Amino acid sequence: MASARRGRFLPHLFIYTVLILWSLTTVLPFLWVVINSFKNRDIIQTQAFSLLFEPTLDNYIKTFTRPPQSVGMAYLNSVIISGAVTILVMLLAGMAAFAMTRYRFHGRKALDALIIASLMFPVFSTILPVFQMMSALGVVDNPLGVILPQTAGNLAFAIVILMGYIRGLPVDLEESAFLEGCNVFQVFYKIILPICRPAFATVAIFAFLWSYNDLFTQLFFLRSPRTWAITRFLNEVSSQFGTDYGMMCAVVTLIVIPVLLVYILLQKNIIRGLTAGAIKG
Amino acid sequence: MGPMIYKKKWPAVFFLTPAFLFMLIFLYYPFFQNIVNSFFEIRQLGAPAGDYVGFENYLKLVPGLSTTDPNMMTAIKNTLLLMLCTVVFQVGIALVLALLVDTVRRGSQVFRTLFFFPIVVSATALGLLFNLLLMTRGPVNQLIESLGGEAIIFREQFTFLTMAVPVIWQYVGFYFVILATGLNNISEDIREAAEIDGATGLRRVRYITLPLLRNVLITCLTLSITGSLKVFDMPWVMFPPYFSDAYLTGTYMYYQTFEKSNVDYAAAIAVFIVLLGVLLSQASKMIFREKDY
Repeated sequence: MASARRGRFLPHLFIYTVLILWSLTTVLPFLWVVINSFKNRDIIQTQAFSLLFEPTLDNYIKTFTRPPQSVGMAYLNSVIISGAVTILVMLLAGMAAFAMTRYRFHGRKALDALIIASLMFPVFSTILPVFQMMSALGVVDNPLGVILPQTAGNLAFAIVILMGYIRGLPVDLEESAFLEGCNVFQVFYKIILPICRPAFATVAIFAFLWSYNDLFTQLFFLRSPRTWAITRFLNEVSSQFGTDYGMMCAVVTLIVIPVLLVYILLQKNIIRGLTAGAIKG
Repeated sequence: MGPMIYKKKWPAVFFLTPAFLFMLIFLYYPFFQNIVNSFFEIRQLGAPAGDYVGFENYLKLVPGLSTTDPNMMTAIKNTLLLMLCTVVFQVGIALVLALLVDTVRRGSQVFRTLFFFPIVVSATALGLLFNLLLMTRGPVNQLIESLGGEAIIFREQFTFLTMAVPVIWQYVGFYFVILATGLNNISEDIREAAEIDGATGLRRVRYITLPLLRNVLITCLTLSITGSLKVFDMPWVMFPPYFSDAYLTGTYMYYQTFEKSNVDYAAAIAVFIVLLGVLLSQASKMIFREKDY
């Protein structure tokens, strides 16, 4: 019956043309920037579409030598910051989601409401007092300045996702482990954490990408070049060398290619992770 | 009888405390402190609050007064217009693409992958990419010139479009995936019944598919409304800080913080962003009620 299901109310040729046209808008800009990263500034400005040119690595050499911080260090900072955010979010949200679904206690409804309300805070509404606190603590210009608020910002979403998953698990396994002598902490560590791996994958992808791509918080807390993570690096390089179009193409390429590779490898998980909040069931 | 394992309650305290402590310290406390700050003079980022200024900052946000801040009016106008465009075009294009993909058998997975890709890339990198594409002697202008047109200075001549199109373009794939998943969940039986009853083509879309997709569409609309209030990274890297025609509420708040060191005013703008968000999401909840089928 498959053919009956798919009505052919528009010729397939037209449908595919529209779909391919939109695909081109997402593919061609990236393709263009990669190709032009091997051109000199002058050639970009006169023959942006030419494919017959002598490729040069000058733009990449400049990218690695001219900015006050190397791309590699910026990547390392990003991995440290976003990695720490991801681990903290998984751990703290896992613990909280476990207790919220398994324990019956007074005030649980109130905590539930607190979690839902935490989903709503835009970063603009908290960043200025957070900065006050951080400068009082002396962690401005320090990765912790980004890690702590980003962790807090991701927790509520992670708890909601994990609660939904744990609620669907039968209690029997935990109960029998308990009766055989495990305590609650061992049950959490040896049963809940491993069973929830798919939900943790969703949470981890969401937290990592969100933290990795967030320029706003990095602008506040990562001041000196040695602390720059990748998006702040990108922002600074563009304000210093923005008119060196060849170098800008190289920088954008260096930022996009690793993301593209990870995306190709993990695309199903990434798409699921980023749309998890919006798709029920 | 509940399970024995969760009879003792004290471990719950251990499990819950860290997460809630984090949220109290880094979300709830600063949120309320920010409201307080908006009533006191703060001349430098990170400095403690000074003299009480009352509603001075908020009077700049009200249109038609002698105290009105014209830049903020631009920011509000741009933000609302961006919101309208996101709702109509982002969700609209995504819906058309999802309906089209739903009718073809081959390649739907490939389209999903290609459409979603821009969401994974940081808005900062995409902003720079668009700067390169749209620069005076860039590829778009070279194309226009080769077709006999005159080069366009996009930032000056088409300020709003230059800002809005990339923002809208980036997230079409996101709503596409949500809507395509929703379409997939419409049961085969209903489709076949519609087919047998003679509902085909656009009529089926109008009377069967869209009503069944209603709740998913509402989710998308609500997300795109709240999402457009959070836009910052892309316009910030695409326009210089002083470029007032391109202000959005978020970028203008940042401008007041860093370029003007008017931190208490920035705090008031942040409060305004929250109020606008709450107001609009309540309004959209009233307009589109979810239905159960």
